[in-house]
This record gives sequence, C-alpha cells and structure tokens, in this order.
Amino acid sequence: MNTDMSHPVAAIEVQGLYAAYQRQIVLENIHLTFPAGKWTAIVGPNGAGKSTLFHVLTGSMKALQGSVNAFGEPIVKHRRAGQIAYMAQREAIEWDFPVSVWDTVMGGRYGHMRDDVLWRRLLPARWHHARHTEAVEKALIAVDMLVHAERPIGALSGGQKKRVLLARALAQQASILLLDEPLAGVDPPSEKLILAVLRREREAGKTVIMVTHDMPGARRYVDHVVLINRFVRGTGTPEDMLSETKLAELAVSSIEQTTTDRQTVPAASFSPEQG
Amino acid sequence: MVDSMLIIESFSDALISGLIAALMTVVNLLPSSVSEAFQYAFMQRALLTSVLVGAICGMLSCYVVLKRWSLLGDAISHAVLPGVAIAYLLGWPFFVGAFITGALTSVGIGAIERNTRIKSDAAMGLMFTASFALGVVIISKLASSTHLMHILFGNVLGVRHSALMLTFVASIIAILAVWLAYRPLLLYAFDPQQAQALGFNTQVIHYGLILLLTLTIVASLETVGIILVVAMLITPGATAHLLTDRFKTMLLISVSIGICSAVIGLWLSVVFNVASGGAIVLVAFGFFIMALLFSPKQGLVLQQWRRRKMG
Repeated sequence: MNTDMSHPVAAIEVQGLYAAYQRQIVLENIHLTFPAGKWTAIVGPNGAGKSTLFHVLTGSMKALQGSVNAFGEPIVKHRRAGQIAYMAQREAIEWDFPVSVWDTVMGGRYGHMRDDVLWRRLLPARWHHARHTEAVEKALIAVDMLVHAERPIGALSGGQKKRVLLARALAQQASILLLDEPLAGVDPPSEKLILAVLRREREAGKTVIMVTHDMPGARRYVDHVVLINRFVRGTGTPEDMLSETKLAELAVSSIEQTTTDRQTVPAASFSPEQG
Repeated sequence: MVDSMLIIESFSDALISGLIAALMTVVNLLPSSVSEAFQYAFMQRALLTSVLVGAICGMLSCYVVLKRWSLLGDAISHAVLPGVAIAYLLGWPFFVGAFITGALTSVGIGAIERNTRIKSDAAMGLMFTASFALGVVIISKLASSTHLMHILFGNVLGVRHSALMLTFVASIIAILAVWLAYRPLLLYAFDPQQAQALGFNTQVIHYGLILLLTLTIVASLETVGIILVVAMLITPGATAHLLTDRFKTMLLISVSIGICSAVIGLWLSVVFNVASGGAIVLVAFGFFIMALLFSPKQGLVLQQWRRRKMG
C-alpha cells in the first residue's frame, strides 16, 4: 500500500486536509502530492493558508481533518527522526534572544542528539559527537556565515538572518526542506546565494518545498508549482502554473473569496486532479 | 522501608549541615561586623534557604523573561495559595496542594483562552485572582492572620528545619531538570515551532516548565512569600538579559544575582529589622537599575555618552 509502489514516490502527501484558526477555516479539502527529490514552489496571495499548511506539516498546528504522510508513512515519524527541516519566516523568530549564530544553527541538530548516548547529551554541544559540529560548520560555510559564527543573532542584517535560518535547516541534514518565504526581504547577493544552496540541495536528492512570492525566481528554478488560496487552485509545471492568466485567476480567486467569504462553493469541485 | 527513610533523612541532614558549614566558612571570611549576624542557627538556616531560593529563582527567571511568562508566573504564584491552605488543612506537604491548584489554574487559563473569545491576559487575571481569593477565604477561616502574612510575604528568619529540607529537595529537582532538559527547554523558549518540527513534544515541555515554576514558587514560599516571589522570577533574568548575548552566561549571571540579592537582602533585613522578602526584592531591583544604567551594550549611561561623542 505504501513505499514500494513503482511510480514516483511522494515525499509528502496531503489528503483531505482542513485547517482553521480559531473558528475560521483557512485550508479546505487540500489534496496535494509533493514529489520526492524535486523543488516545489507554493504560490498564493497573502492569507491564502500557505504558512498554515507549513504549520500543519511541522506539527505546530493540528488539522481539523485529513492526513499528512511522508514517504508513505505518517509524517510525525519522520519529524521524530529529524527528517523534516523547517525554515521559519524572519518575523517568527525572537532576534533579541541571547544566542550566537553558532548556537542557533546547532539547534538544527537537537533532534539528532536524541540518538546520542545519555552522558554525551549532558555535555555542552561543543563536546558532543563530532558529526554535529561538522554539520554546523558545513551549513555555515554553505551560507557563507562561518566568520560570523560567534556573533549574537540580534546583530545580523536582514539577509544574514535569513542565511542563519537556512543554515539551521541545512545542519539538520534532513531529507525534506520546508522553507517559508526564504527569499522575502533579502538583499540580492543573499538571494543568489540562497537559490544556489537550494539548487545544490535538490541536486543532492533532497525534496525542497518553499513558499514564495518571487515569480521570476520560481519560473527559473523550481520543478513543480502549487497554487493555493484556501483550496488548491492548481498544480503543475512552472510554465503552466505561473502564466499570466493563471496568476490573474489566482488573484481573482482571492477577491471572490473575500466577497463570498463563508458561503463557499462545494469543496469537492475544487479538489485537483492528482496523477 | 522505615529504615531506608531514616537513612535518607539522616543523609540529607548531614548534607544540609555540610552545606551550612561550607557557607559559614565563606561568611566568616567577611568582616566580623557582617559575619556576626550569622552566628545563630536560625540565621544559618535562613542563609542557606536564601541561597537556594535565589539560585533557582534566578535560573527559572531566564526562561520566564525570554518566554514572556512574567504574567503567568504572577498567576501561578497567586494560584498556589488555596493549595497551600488546603494542604495545611489536610496535613499534606505544602507542595502537593500548591502544585495541584497551580496546575489547575494554568490549565484553566489555557482552556478559557482556547475555547472562548476571552484573551489570555484577561483569562490569567480572572483565574488567578479567583484562586487567590479562595485561598484568602480558606485561610481566614482556618489560621491566624500572622500565618497568612507569612505565606504572603515570607518569613525567612522563621524557617524551620522541615521547610529548609523542602527547599533543598525542590532546588535539587529544579537544577537537575534544567540540566537534563537543557536543550529542549532552550529550543522551546527560542522557537517552539522549530521544536515541534524536530519532533519534540512541546506540550510536555510546556507543562514541565509550568511544573518547575510551581516547584520554585513553593520552595520560595517561606523566604520571599507568594506575592514577592514573582519579582525574583523576573528581576534576575531581566537584569542578566541586559548584560549578555549568551544564554549560558545569562543563566550564570541571573543565578548569581538571585543568590546575591537573597543574601544581601537577608543581611539588610536583620541589620535594619525590616521584612526580609521586601529587602531581598529591593536589592534585586537595585541590581537591575545598575545594569540598566551601566550595562556595556544596553546601558543608558554609555548610550548617552556614545551619542554625545558622536554628535
């Protein structure tokens, strides 16, 4: 029933997902497949439920209904195995928090440290197994932040903060990367660097899933696009999904949604055709 | 069974006398005008209690400040009162009753917040005042008002051996818990969503931290009292936050400030014959003001000076 099916494996498969904030439905009847080893962009207007989808995938929000599988098994199993890396939006982090860049990136290793023997876990991270230090170093080199390792995170520029968050996700060495707007508000050099890092990750066989508003970037780099606005509004190649007409439809859908608001069209009619 | 209890008891007795002896060697290095006050057994008990309470309050205050839990700390400390009263009535250890009402209140706050349109600050204010009121009512029926005053404002000079023992055990549990769960706690305080994504059970961490807070509050009952303990759960952490950009250093500074304020406050309260809880909190606040003015990075004085130099 699950992993040994012959057609392309789904890294993440979402089925019949409903999610709500307070009592307001944000995601309705979501059926989605994120292909393994591919780079997917999630596109949609503000308030479309993209971040909510990530909250459900990372487990910080409970779905009202529906299931989420990773590689054919409940996603929670992969979370516990440290296989789901998550890069939050910059606003979600308390930058005044008294930690250094190094400590922050080491946070990405905390999941794997549960596998270490007990006495090691009681020591400071630096005296831990060398594989953790190596992973952190490698991640910091990848985002070009090793020289800033000892700085407090509050002292970084906007682009550097994003790169630190990316490094934390990389240090986890997970098979699935979830990135919430990795390119929002970064300077051009950082943007170039982040895109190059993500491309390398995809080439290394990782599944990269990112929320983005950057259409030119998405057109150039990603393999697969998901349009979302409360419902799934389309899935397919960047050429098909990011065409002017498709994006215009998506924009209209958000206006419609605000006017019709709660009396929505039957959910079933929107479920996308999945191959 | 009874034998092993006796062994544990005599062992911890020996441990406590050892700790007091160690503290006294340090105190005796001070000028005799200071160390004189600490020659009585009740003062030595008070001293050890203060050191322990200062240390664990300082430790927990880092989490309280960074997690923005100041109001929650206030809520739990008030909510503990009816539990203490009921425990007193039934002859239970204070901690059991205090923990039950403290935990019930925090669960109640969460439930109201999630299921109604009432916001969290109102939910906290509502629950903890009600709980506190219940405590006042029960105690007014049961015990003398001096007893109530001691619970509310602490009476470190009257600390009995059994209370010192409770504080001692609570401190060891709190320190061990923070050490063992150092990483999950840090990650939860810094970025709960990341903690979730890494598969940590944030519910367990959340309620574990509340449990630790309750434990600390109960341990501090006799020293600073219910009302003022919240000051010790905020001030040392806030002061340390002004002084460093490293979490471990913050813990260290905060614990040191907690201990120093408790000891200096205790000494001042004896010398000037004033309430010990109040004296301890005022000393801690003094440390905060010093940090606010003279911290190398955040200090107002240096900021002004730099601005003037620039302009």
